[in-house]
Amino acid sequence: MTAASHSATLGTPRRRRLKFGTVLETGAAWLLALLWLLPLIYAFWSAFHPSEYATRFDLMAPLTLDNFREAWSQAPFARYYLNTFMMVTSILIVQFILCTLAAYAFARFEFRGRDFAFALVLVQLMIMPEVLIVENYRTMSQLGLVDTITGIGLPYMASAFGIFLLRQTFKTIPKELEDAARVEGCGPLQILWKVYVPLAKPTYVAYGLVSVSYHWNNFLWPLVITNSQTTRPLTVGLAIFSAPESGVDWPIITAGTLLAVAPLLIAFLLFQRQFVQSFMHAGIK
Amino acid sequence: MSSAHTTRNQVYGWLLLTPAAILLITFTHYPAIATLAQSFFSTGTVSRPSKFIGLDNYRSMLEDEVFWKVLENNIWYAVGTIPISIAIALLMAVWVNGKLPLRGLVRMSYFTPTILPMIAVANIWLFFYTPEIGLLDQVGALFGFASHNWLGDTDTVLGCIIAIAIWKEAGFFMIFYLAALQTLPPELEEAAKLEGASRWTFFRRVTFPLLMPTTLFVLINAVINSFKLVDQLFILTKGGPDNASSLLLYYIYEAAFSFFDQNYASTLTVVLLLMLAVIAIGQFVILDKRIHYR
Amino acid sequence: MIGRFRRVTKGLALSLFMMFAYAQSAVAVELTMYYPVAVGGPLTKVVDGMVAEFMKANPDIKVKAIYAGNYNDARIKALAALKSGQPAQLSVMFSIDIYELIEQDAIVPFDDIVETPEEKAWLNSFYPALMGNGRTGGKTWGIPFQRSTIVMYYNKDAFKEAGLDPNKPPATWDELVSMGKKLVKKTGDKVDRWAIMIPSTGYPYWMFGALTMENDQVLMNSDGNKTFFNATPTVSALEFWQELGDKHGIMPKGTIEWGTLRKNFLEGRTAIMWHSTGNLTVVKKKAKFDFGVAMLPANKRRGTPTGGGNFYIFKKTKPEERKAAMKLIRFLTEPKRAAEWSIKTGYIGTSPAAYKTPELEKYVADFPPAAVARDQLEFATPELSTYQAGRVRKLLDDAIQSTLTGKKPAKDSLGSAQTQSERLLKRYQ
Repeated sequence: MTAASHSATLGTPRRRRLKFGTVLETGAAWLLALLWLLPLIYAFWSAFHPSEYATRFDLMAPLTLDNFREAWSQAPFARYYLNTFMMVTSILIVQFILCTLAAYAFARFEFRGRDFAFALVLVQLMIMPEVLIVENYRTMSQLGLVDTITGIGLPYMASAFGIFLLRQTFKTIPKELEDAARVEGCGPLQILWKVYVPLAKPTYVAYGLVSVSYHWNNFLWPLVITNSQTTRPLTVGLAIFSAPESGVDWPIITAGTLLAVAPLLIAFLLFQRQFVQSFMHAGIK
Repeated sequence: MSSAHTTRNQVYGWLLLTPAAILLITFTHYPAIATLAQSFFSTGTVSRPSKFIGLDNYRSMLEDEVFWKVLENNIWYAVGTIPISIAIALLMAVWVNGKLPLRGLVRMSYFTPTILPMIAVANIWLFFYTPEIGLLDQVGALFGFASHNWLGDTDTVLGCIIAIAIWKEAGFFMIFYLAALQTLPPELEEAAKLEGASRWTFFRRVTFPLLMPTTLFVLINAVINSFKLVDQLFILTKGGPDNASSLLLYYIYEAAFSFFDQNYASTLTVVLLLMLAVIAIGQFVILDKRIHYR
Repeated sequence: MIGRFRRVTKGLALSLFMMFAYAQSAVAVELTMYYPVAVGGPLTKVVDGMVAEFMKANPDIKVKAIYAGNYNDARIKALAALKSGQPAQLSVMFSIDIYELIEQDAIVPFDDIVETPEEKAWLNSFYPALMGNGRTGGKTWGIPFQRSTIVMYYNKDAFKEAGLDPNKPPATWDELVSMGKKLVKKTGDKVDRWAIMIPSTGYPYWMFGALTMENDQVLMNSDGNKTFFNATPTVSALEFWQELGDKHGIMPKGTIEWGTLRKNFLEGRTAIMWHSTGNLTVVKKKAKFDFGVAMLPANKRRGTPTGGGNFYIFKKTKPEERKAAMKLIRFLTEPKRAAEWSIKTGYIGTSPAAYKTPELEKYVADFPPAAVARDQLEFATPELSTYQAGRVRKLLDDAIQSTLTGKKPAKDSLGSAQTQSERLLKRYQ
């Protein structure tokens, strides 16, 4: 308060208000940031301290890694990592291929029913596979794909969002480049591969990051379609591992939680700018 | 030449589209229609095979108190989540776009919930809400408040769920606003400063209207999410107490996989699809307008 | 060159074939078993350990034990696996899933599998109270495995502090209330320690089963097609539960979380908790104060429902798989193993013979609370179990929660639960 009144004697009344306002705003912004980080801060607190300190906060509390050891031994996290990794990569690869082909068709080919087909694709932006768990489960069990990694990924592989995003990008690429390639004797697929795909690289990165974080975190459909630990992704494994029915033991649960989010969180911290810009890029389209 | 070219175009176009189309039809269009069809049949068991029952499922749905409760909750969930998370997102974007000390760190904090799985953070939120020993009550006790049974009280439980959803979504929506803010020409603000307009007036008269398309886009996303975001219920409340925090998609899950009544679940899904369809039509109108802007 | 290549591939194929044949003969039967966990502690490790022991003793049987989450998840996952044609020969599932499993035609009665008189005798070697949820229509469908009753954990230090005898926990409802009033500790309006917490999320109907039984009333008939939710003793049991919070002020109002309750007890935030005996070993390990375990208090009589999981064998199994499954179940329920299981978890040793093993005998002598759940079996009833179990259970859960949260009086909430359950069960009568 003294600082504020001190500055008041220096500046005009208007400037004083502005400065005070700025300080207040900065404080509010920081407070909100702290609030937003709080769950993560607590997770770190609880995971690195013995269980007596899980609900008690004491700066002198001893640090320990026991909770991680315990969590790691209680659930097959290594397997869950592998499952999530296989699921996320297989989804991403197939998404890239299918969406690229479809987007190319929509962006550069005139064919009958194109606009109608495009509208049908966009339906998926509204009706995501999550909503149709009941019927999709039926389909998967008819296809014999219940409890398989493919079963988790299949409904997401033709992504309307991906098609839409890539189509927008392809449309901005000048036709002259395509014509030049055609003069050199390239077929449509070669043109796609040599002209469109390289130029759309930022979109691929953006879409890739969005897709990876989405599927890394996805829960409901994997919960429904997986039965055993050979297919369960991290989210489902974690939910089962930390089910409140078995008595909530926060230190171990938070240690498990940190294990589960670590790869994505570390990647995010390292490539923060890239992440934020990718989400922006994907959002503007 | 030209006709051969177009025929080739036709064939290529469809060929390129086919792989994606097959998957889309199998997992979006077909199940949407099948859901509708299934809602007219009873759920079969070994001793009682499924049979056509007309509108019976709809009739029992209308008589089902839980259904109405869940629908009401979902509306409150939407009403509670959408405006607040959008307002916070906008505030965040303005802050992070300005000259804030430690801007990078603050932006990171806002955005972090987006990349954390809901199911993982739900347990941490459970700690916040737990009576007596939870963080909320411990902080409350410092100020002399009595402990409150946040998740065990039908009046507060939905609010708790809404708070988590806001926390999870605001940072995500912030990104869209941030992107939009960065495309605004800086001259606008300088001109406003010269004319002596206050920051608030400038925001209200210039920035906010210019952000309108983004707001609409975010709004639609928020509405869809308010039907989709139910993961936290699996850990926190299982829809209780007395269905006070249950949401439509969670109830669908329960009906299908806990009561094994798939056809009733289909009936509930039809309601969800109808609501999404209404939003879709709304979006179509709005998107049309956006394209005109361009 | 090519010839050599051919020879090599031939050899390779042959050795592969041999390996395959060998693997085939070594593992004659492969079993997949799902199982749930609903209490604390590293129970999955205990189960995995016992299964590993079994495979060591029976190298021709390979067992895949899959932890599937809570009871609900285990049922969903096992049935889902069956429906989608994946292997599952046996599972531990909720003892009360029996009617649903029969209706789905998913399981076989053990009477169809046992052959020798010795095996038939084995069927009768368990505590009869634990068979209540496993038998219907004169047949045995479930074999008790992770079985429990509800017991009363109490903090002896808190009792001393309140001037009560730490060796005389409340034995009646009236004592519970009068002692409870002494056990509540307050500073001003703020409660530092509650007297009692009875969990009302997760499995509210189960806790309620104890209260109604203590009022000398069961919740359903033994055919699983009738419920007694609106009977007078049922209603007054719920009223009593609600009054603990509303009138007597010795329990927090609203619902109490099943999962975090143990932590509340261990943190000394409540002097008494009602919980599954399956938590006993964890509480023993983690409690920093002297605690006792007692039977639930009586009103008209003592009472508790049994709880927990039974072994079921699925119908879609080959004879040799059934045999192997029987072998596994017998191995895991052997007195020695049942004793080990009971010591490591707190669950009941499922047969009287288990309590006669030297290990459990010594454990009980050193730690008398370990026998409370068993002694209470004498007063135990089957747990709420009906056709359409998921729905009926939810009706009762919702009714209990709506009364505890002060939304509806017990009479109204239970009345409407009864009406709806009658509608659901009509076609099974």
